[in-house]
Amino acid sequence: MDFQLSDDQRALRAGVRELLAGRFGRDRMRAALDAGTGVDRALWRELGEAGFFALRLPEAEGGVGLGLPESVLLFEEVGRSLLPGPLIATHLAAGPVKGAAQGEAVVAVLDAGQPVAHLGEADALLVLGPGNAARASGGTVRDAVRVRDAADPVRSIDPFTPLWRVADPVEGGEPLPRGERLRDEGALLAAAEQLGSAARTTEMAVQHAGEREQFGSPIGSFQAVKHLCAGMLVRAELARCAVYAAAVTADPVEIAGAKLLADDAAVRNARDCLQVHGGMGFTWEADVHLHLKRAWLRSGQWLAAAAAEEVLAGDLC
Amino acid sequence: MDLAYTEEEQEFRARLREWLAAVLPGLPAKPGPDDWPGRRAYDTAWQRMLYDAGYAGLHWPVDAGGRGATPTQHLIFLEETERAGAPYVGANFVGLLHAGPTIAAEGTAEQRARWLPPVLRGDEIWCQGFSEPDAGSDLAALRTRAVRDGDHYVVSGSKIWTSHAEVADWCELLVRTDPAAPRHRGISWLAMEMDAPGVTVRPLRTLAGSTEFAEMFLDEVRVPVSHRVGAENDGWRVTMVTLSFERGTAFVGEVVACRRTLDALAAEARRSGRWDDPVLRRRLGRLNAEFRALWRLTQWNVSEAQRAGGGGGVPGTGGSVFKLRYSHARQELYEAAAEVLGADSADLDREWVLDRLSSLSYTIAAGTSQIQRNIVAERILGLPKGR
Repeated sequence: MDFQLSDDQRALRAGVRELLAGRFGRDRMRAALDAGTGVDRALWRELGEAGFFALRLPEAEGGVGLGLPESVLLFEEVGRSLLPGPLIATHLAAGPVKGAAQGEAVVAVLDAGQPVAHLGEADALLVLGPGNAARASGGTVRDAVRVRDAADPVRSIDPFTPLWRVADPVEGGEPLPRGERLRDEGALLAAAEQLGSAARTTEMAVQHAGEREQFGSPIGSFQAVKHLCAGMLVRAELARCAVYAAAVTADPVEIAGAKLLADDAAVRNARDCLQVHGGMGFTWEADVHLHLKRAWLRSGQWLAAAAAEEVLAGDLC
Repeated sequence: MDLAYTEEEQEFRARLREWLAAVLPGLPAKPGPDDWPGRRAYDTAWQRMLYDAGYAGLHWPVDAGGRGATPTQHLIFLEETERAGAPYVGANFVGLLHAGPTIAAEGTAEQRARWLPPVLRGDEIWCQGFSEPDAGSDLAALRTRAVRDGDHYVVSGSKIWTSHAEVADWCELLVRTDPAAPRHRGISWLAMEMDAPGVTVRPLRTLAGSTEFAEMFLDEVRVPVSHRVGAENDGWRVTMVTLSFERGTAFVGEVVACRRTLDALAAEARRSGRWDDPVLRRRLGRLNAEFRALWRLTQWNVSEAQRAGGGGGVPGTGGSVFKLRYSHARQELYEAAAEVLGADSADLDREWVLDRLSSLSYTIAAGTSQIQRNIVAERILGLPKGR
């Protein structure tokens, strides 16, 4: 047993972090925020060329041939960087949906009862199958444009994630192979994004606490602030172990646990980061509200707390 | 990221499982919680069985009499013994997990030869004389003084929260040997015989009604200078070696036990009909996520130690992250147990009720949660020291 990252995995993570820092660093991120732009098609194609969407496709089908643990490392970096767009749905649709693997197509996701993110910019729509709230029984693909015609825009809490309300049910569509795995894999990748966000807000809080002085000392020297930061690290590290283990086992119960703990870590760490930033944290200028809003949104997507807890309860003897 | 055990590790697990299945049915009944001589006899007999079977000091280095097992093998050992319901390390705890590893790492050849074999065989029991009435978590504020008199130290002061003091043969004792030095610099680590003249032990009754630990009064106790481990006034560094063991793999068996308890709670809730309450059911589901993740965190820490070439001790800071979450989760578990029990949660004879009481100690013992948060903030996150 060696439950640590391999050298290749470390290199992959470092490469993605570098790519995203170069193409979606803080200045670009804030510029995109001010411009109100959603999916950056050029960046989308660049990610496609780097193998971001085709990561788990077999090499014979033009993919990279890697597994869930590697995908989790990619999406952890996405979570750190606040990169917007329906990246998970497009990643899951790579292969069955033409152009998704190369980053030529943007694929959004419809989960019954949930608003659809980025529907206005999507080419195709991944529809999670019916079934109970916890587990999907399959998935299909639809033409996004036709669904959009019958959808209403929602004023989204996350300025980076436009939302559309779609009248259920959406009929027809092409069934997807391995469709029953979609919700589990989507939940795992969303958990990875939450983990990245939780780790990033911990760093932001620690950095601010070390620099900001009050009463003649850095605020990070005060126990009240120090203990908030320690709690953030503990949440992020427990979520990290849960998410990585779920990526290795791909076990639905373990994925539910990972999503639950990562949602918790992302939301609560962003809140604590905001608190450490004080008044600055409540302004539009600080990035922390962007992490919090995205974390709130992701908590309700793929597998929300109530459904995850039922999966975990069902596993007990 | 690999959670698969190697062929060698699987063989080790299989042999251990076989041995446990053969010996456990023949064990006598466990003595009551306040029967200290009985508990000592029971725990040391188990230690002797481990020794005879070659499982004593599994994670200790070979030159200290151990098996030099990898951290993963040690993890398997703790997991399997707990799963099989084998006796807890009990009265041997301090000797095997604190004093022994410290002597193995810092002691002279004579000290290792004198003290290590009896710990492994279960012949001698150690207790820990670190905490003092006025210096609990602020360990460096300890005041027990040792004054040099020829080839002896003369020790006076008092210690508190000393587990197993009533039945211990030896005490790992922290004393102040240079009162003028800065707080961390004037401390030494001594091995003190518990039957030396001047040692008085007074049991303390816990809120659970039992006598888990004791106060210890030291009145001009003479300890040979040759019983000092490490250099004079270097005891703080030696102690940090000890604490890294305490905060490392100390809770592995307990995580396994908590997962078993959680399953038992679910079974009891199903039996009583409380399972139909979605609030309780979801609460148990969330605890399932907690203890699964804590088990993965343990595997993560152990893998990290193994890569670092560690011999079973896990770096103290990783242990702090674990302990902060675990101690809280354990308390949550027994709060949920009380809800499952309903009206029976007031009955001290019901299973889990005493555990609910004793779970209160987990956020205090071995460094309070507040101290652990300081350690995480300062040593891992690099935040400035302060108040």
